[in-house]
Amino acid sequence: LIVSILPLPIEWEQLRMKRQFYEENKPFTCLDGSRTIPFDRVNDDYCDCRDGSDEPGTAACPNGSFHCTNAGFRPTFIPSSRINDGICDCCDTTDEYNSGAKCENTCKELGQKEHEVLQKMAEITKEGFLLKQQLIQEAKNRQQEKQSKLTELQNNKKELEEKVEALRTVKETAEQPEKEAKELHLKAWEEQKAIIRAEKDKAKMAEAFLELDDDADGFVAVAELQTHAELDTDADGTVSETEAQGLLGGVDHVDTASFEKVWDNIKDKYVSEPVEPAPVDTPPEESNKLADNDSEQYPSDDDVQEEEEEDEEEDDYPEEDFDKVRKLNITMLYSVETVMVFLSFAAAQKARDNFEESERALNIEKEISFDFGPDSEFSYLYSQCYELTTSEYIYKLCPFNRVSQKPKYGGSETNLGTWGTWAGPEDNKYLLMKYEHGTGCWQGPNRSTTVKLTCGKETTVMSTSEPSRCEYLMEFTTPAVCQEPEAVISSLHGHDEF
Amino acid sequence: TMSFPWFRMGLLLGLCISLLLGGSWAVDRGNFKTCDQSAFCKRQRALKPGQSPYRALLDTLELSDSRLTLQLINDNNKVHLLLELYRLQGNITRVKINELKPLKPRYEVPDVLVGDQPTEPLSVLSQDDNGVVLSLGAESQRLIVSARPFRLDIMEGPEVLLSLNSRGLLAFEHLRLRKDTQADPEGAEVKENVDGAEQQDEEQKAEDGGKDKEEDGLWEETFKTHTDSKPNGPTSISLDFSLPGVEHVYGIPEHADNLKLKTTDGGEPYRLYNLDVFQYELYNPMALYGAVPVMLAHNAQRTMGIFWLNAAETWVDISSNTAGKTVFGKMLDFVQGSSETPQTDVRWISESGIIDVFIMLGPKPSDVFSQYASLTGTQSFPPLAGLGYHQCRWNYNDQDDVKAVDQGFDQHDIPYDFIWLDIEHTDGKRYFTWDPEKFPQPKEMLHGIKDKRRKMVAIVDPHIKVDSGYKIHSEIRARDLYVKNKDGGDYEGWCWPGNSGYPDFTNPEMRAWWASMFAYDKYEGSMENLYTWNDMNEPSVFNGPEVTMYKDAMHGKWEHRDVHNLYGLYVQHMATTDGLIQRSGGTERPFVLTRAFFAGSQRYGAVWTGDNAAEWDHLKISIPMCLSLGLVGISLCGADVGGFFKSPSAELLVRWYQTGAYQPFFRAHAHLDTPRREPWLFGPENTALIRDAIRQRYTLLPYWYQQFYQAHKTGQPVMRPLWVEYPKDTATFTIDDEFLIGQDLLVHPVTEEGARGVTAYLPGQGEVWYDVHTFQKHNGAQNLYIPVTMSSIPVFQRGGSIVPRKVRVRRSSDCMENDPYTLYVALSPQRVAVGELYIDDGHTFNFQTKKEFIHRSLTFANNALASRNLFPESNFSTDSWIEKVLILGASKPNKCWVFLTTSVEFEFEASMSVLTLRKPGMNAGADWTVVLQPNQEIQDI
Repeated sequence: LIVSILPLPIEWEQLRMKRQFYEENKPFTCLDGSRTIPFDRVNDDYCDCRDGSDEPGTAACPNGSFHCTNAGFRPTFIPSSRINDGICDCCDTTDEYNSGAKCENTCKELGQKEHEVLQKMAEITKEGFLLKQQLIQEAKNRQQEKQSKLTELQNNKKELEEKVEALRTVKETAEQPEKEAKELHLKAWEEQKAIIRAEKDKAKMAEAFLELDDDADGFVAVAELQTHAELDTDADGTVSETEAQGLLGGVDHVDTASFEKVWDNIKDKYVSEPVEPAPVDTPPEESNKLADNDSEQYPSDDDVQEEEEEDEEEDDYPEEDFDKVRKLNITMLYSVETVMVFLSFAAAQKARDNFEESERALNIEKEISFDFGPDSEFSYLYSQCYELTTSEYIYKLCPFNRVSQKPKYGGSETNLGTWGTWAGPEDNKYLLMKYEHGTGCWQGPNRSTTVKLTCGKETTVMSTSEPSRCEYLMEFTTPAVCQEPEAVISSLHGHDEF
Repeated sequence: TMSFPWFRMGLLLGLCISLLLGGSWAVDRGNFKTCDQSAFCKRQRALKPGQSPYRALLDTLELSDSRLTLQLINDNNKVHLLLELYRLQGNITRVKINELKPLKPRYEVPDVLVGDQPTEPLSVLSQDDNGVVLSLGAESQRLIVSARPFRLDIMEGPEVLLSLNSRGLLAFEHLRLRKDTQADPEGAEVKENVDGAEQQDEEQKAEDGGKDKEEDGLWEETFKTHTDSKPNGPTSISLDFSLPGVEHVYGIPEHADNLKLKTTDGGEPYRLYNLDVFQYELYNPMALYGAVPVMLAHNAQRTMGIFWLNAAETWVDISSNTAGKTVFGKMLDFVQGSSETPQTDVRWISESGIIDVFIMLGPKPSDVFSQYASLTGTQSFPPLAGLGYHQCRWNYNDQDDVKAVDQGFDQHDIPYDFIWLDIEHTDGKRYFTWDPEKFPQPKEMLHGIKDKRRKMVAIVDPHIKVDSGYKIHSEIRARDLYVKNKDGGDYEGWCWPGNSGYPDFTNPEMRAWWASMFAYDKYEGSMENLYTWNDMNEPSVFNGPEVTMYKDAMHGKWEHRDVHNLYGLYVQHMATTDGLIQRSGGTERPFVLTRAFFAGSQRYGAVWTGDNAAEWDHLKISIPMCLSLGLVGISLCGADVGGFFKSPSAELLVRWYQTGAYQPFFRAHAHLDTPRREPWLFGPENTALIRDAIRQRYTLLPYWYQQFYQAHKTGQPVMRPLWVEYPKDTATFTIDDEFLIGQDLLVHPVTEEGARGVTAYLPGQGEVWYDVHTFQKHNGAQNLYIPVTMSSIPVFQRGGSIVPRKVRVRRSSDCMENDPYTLYVALSPQRVAVGELYIDDGHTFNFQTKKEFIHRSLTFANNALASRNLFPESNFSTDSWIEKVLILGASKPNKCWVFLTTSVEFEFEASMSVLTLRKPGMNAGADWTVVLQPNQEIQDI
């Protein structure tokens, strides 16, 4: 009447059979040995053992766990608080034997899905692992090359350092005329631009004169000017006779020479007349040429450098530089002066190249000091960059260097961290990279990025997110972390065995 | 969410600000007015006591059955006031003072009082030229009206309980025509300054050389760059109250200050003006997000309350004749017998409206709570899940983030009931919408949460983005329901979405429309497990004066000045809560959190203490802040666990979880710019500590739920100061580092960094308390030193109480619905104990509409524990049963029976005298008795 009938777990017997500890009709000793209870108190929905071991099939113990057999899928343990809580946790539905929850057995489905995933993973792993072997081989070759170079360099280190110092001076000395030459060049360019502008204006003026001179009498007259309503000065919409006269400087008509003055007054307002069939005698070539240079861009320093870099292997014959001149600016005249400019460019460049190459050589030491993994399999990532474009940003990962973010539609780049360390778990630290000390956040930390590496055939940034303010997470696939296929399979199945 | 105009407005601005702030961290006091900067407060505070110009015109006295009216005259300017007195049921006296013939009506606060206040007859006992004596009902209480100067005294026997205008600080600035618009420019007879003060001002002016500087701020007032046009001129009111025999006053939240109110002589008065204060400072009387104009006065004999029903900006001055005295000085007075009676004087000043005061005469603390509840209603009964743990952050980034956090809780086996979404979930801060990139499938997300029997809260703020493409805006504009500026156009201010309109929630039409927006078919992506959070409802206006609305903005015919402190309640809570009720057809209980509040807000949901910080002092202050709110009816109170601004150390975070687990509204929250701090991000040890704290909360949910049912029924606070239960024990009067939950659990959280122990005061001469973790028994009326480790949360159960628990903690409260109960029976020295058990479906109004609930009384006496039905007419059944009974302070019985028929096994732990009954198995809703057969030997002793 008052003692309610407590529902007993339906499947606990099955469990018990599986587990040696629960021997029927023998007193049960809690697995922590704390006490021994009669067998009918096992799974009786009351917690007797401090370690929860007497209730493997009920939710009675706060620290107990429940074993889902999950036939067809992987067996698993869940906290016993999830037994009969109305939420399906075990795919074989055994955790909800008395809650009224309608669970469906999804083990087979899950098993299949898992199998597919595993297969796919195995494929990727297999191919990835092969790629990894290649990477390792390539790395080895590079390593040897670099090592020998380094050895050589180390032998000549002192000499090299002296050379570098000497070259630095040479470079700086060489760069001085270069700098001056550049300024000269710039000035010349500005002058050139002014001339071009003036010529353009003149051409326009000539054109306008021809357009205005409707009766082609070599004069622009008051009446001819009056057809151009845009030249209206008193804002009444029309050009009166007086207004036109005013524009012509108080006279009734002007010739080409005097038109120059008139043109200065009207050129801002003047609108060309509707295009008529182009007269044959005014070929557009010249004005087109001028139009080509409308942007009037001075070749930027960057462009120069880029081209210089391309050419850095070549010897410094002046001809090469003349080519460069041509490339730089076709409208420029080949004066003696400019040849001089580029000769000094060349001298500076040579010094710079020598200097930088020497420095680069020294940098090899730094490069091979990076931890590129046990078999240098990550070395191929060095000096590479990988991008991912999202709806708002372009993210760029340059392994062993830095991570950055740039707004897709303009705006400056933000440093999300520079190379810090490998930060994976103890058993494989090469699964995570940490980039730190990026641009600071207001009232917050400096930006940092964790890069999670997973096995893949391609080397790609898969996703980025900002789980916490200014702490970024990047997912990155590379063959370099692919494990031997056999090891993967066995580690995945390893859980089943106990 | 915090509100700082500059905050989150982009890198560039951020950079400027960081330069401006230079890393310093505190409220910018200059953004908020002092009394001196608030013209009416300055005028009023300049008045000197003892010169009241008010006189009662006794020949105008009219007495109907329950209402007495009487005219007062200001002898300086001959303006007549009308005094109304009512005797309300439950020992409450209402005093109203208004102008007899105001130029136009003055604002009287609507919608705060519940129902009609039943009145009781008043009768005149005696009357002469000096005054009238009225009887206040059956008790020997009398009300004396003195004529010259006017004053009121409430007496019981020979004792004065409370006096009004005893210091002569009644001042009522009558409505007047603006001087420069008057026909007679020389009509200087009626001076425009505080009515009560004209005489003395005149004297003062003579001294000052007669300059009219006092008139500054009467018809216009400028603070920083903001000008208040004050078309009605000066309208402020003030009244003083004297409390003989009282040294302790409490209440008038919200202030980040101690529980016991301090005297304000020589400092700033306590200010009540709902404001969004960025990075508020502790231990000062500055106004914060909410205002409840209720003060409690307490001494060992009596507790009383003063409810000043006014929604305008209000300042409260407190002075005391003993405040300056040392304990030694007081003792000397006592020994010499020369002591004057200790007395606290209080003065209320409001900018507009009328004087409408409810004097609640107690005498017990619980009586004052009932009296106040009869006026403004009780705490809404939250759904059970609302008492679980809430996981919030500004912001969970997207649906995947929500899913990952949800899974994180399961992976770490930590329960939670609600996950929250702050403003970033919306489409460009357009409330009622979802960001299409981050939350493209809100229903899918909500279903995922529902599958775990959990819930979600999404924020809905009252500022509406001015955007013709935004439906909510265009409809409010089309219906002409926005607050207007002084020139009649829609008022617009700056808030999260940029330029925003503010719906006029004082208009019932606006509230009804707003409520209808919560319908499932109107609020796209919502479903039944989505609830609501109303933030920024002070209202917060980034570019407004003191980060709020212009006082001359118009709500219909009333100025914002009149309604300001009401907006938050009114506005939001009222409209939103109605919306959540309506969407379910009136069956489901709502859950709505608000930041701004007023008297009566308890009826609509939960309140939190706003944008605190990850600092130890902020953890400490959460206790008095919520205690103060509980005293004035708002029980469902909590502080952001972990602190909103800044980043807590692991130790502070753990301690905050441990404290929050024992405070009513238990929610972790964090600022957008802080590192993530979900419970498992601080290493396995701290994860375990936080898990344990949250689990303790869940085991006690049956007790919390029952406390909230009681609060809902009776108006008693859930989180209580010790003095409420031990009103005669003066040692309890200033304690605010520990508290009671109901009357049976005493909590002294660890709130000191690096603490190795805490000293808790255990009250009650002749009582005992049991440590709920070790079951060790301690005597009452002692300071107990408790050594602590990182896992310690000092909690004690009162001897004589029975606390029901559910010790099978699951993923959410809903998952625990049918789980069995464990009863903790803590015996008093008399070996008795009583308790209650309340059960219903946990989420509907059926407990009210269909009486579907179980309410049991549990008693232990004469070695028998019995469960009896407190409401036989109720009807509800439960699958839950009694799995275990722990009897603390027990002796070992011989045998134990359920109903004398079924033997129950037990264990006895002698060192702590704990008797555990193993699986007695009764249904929790049934009548039952468990009988212990005493062990003969022990009985013989």
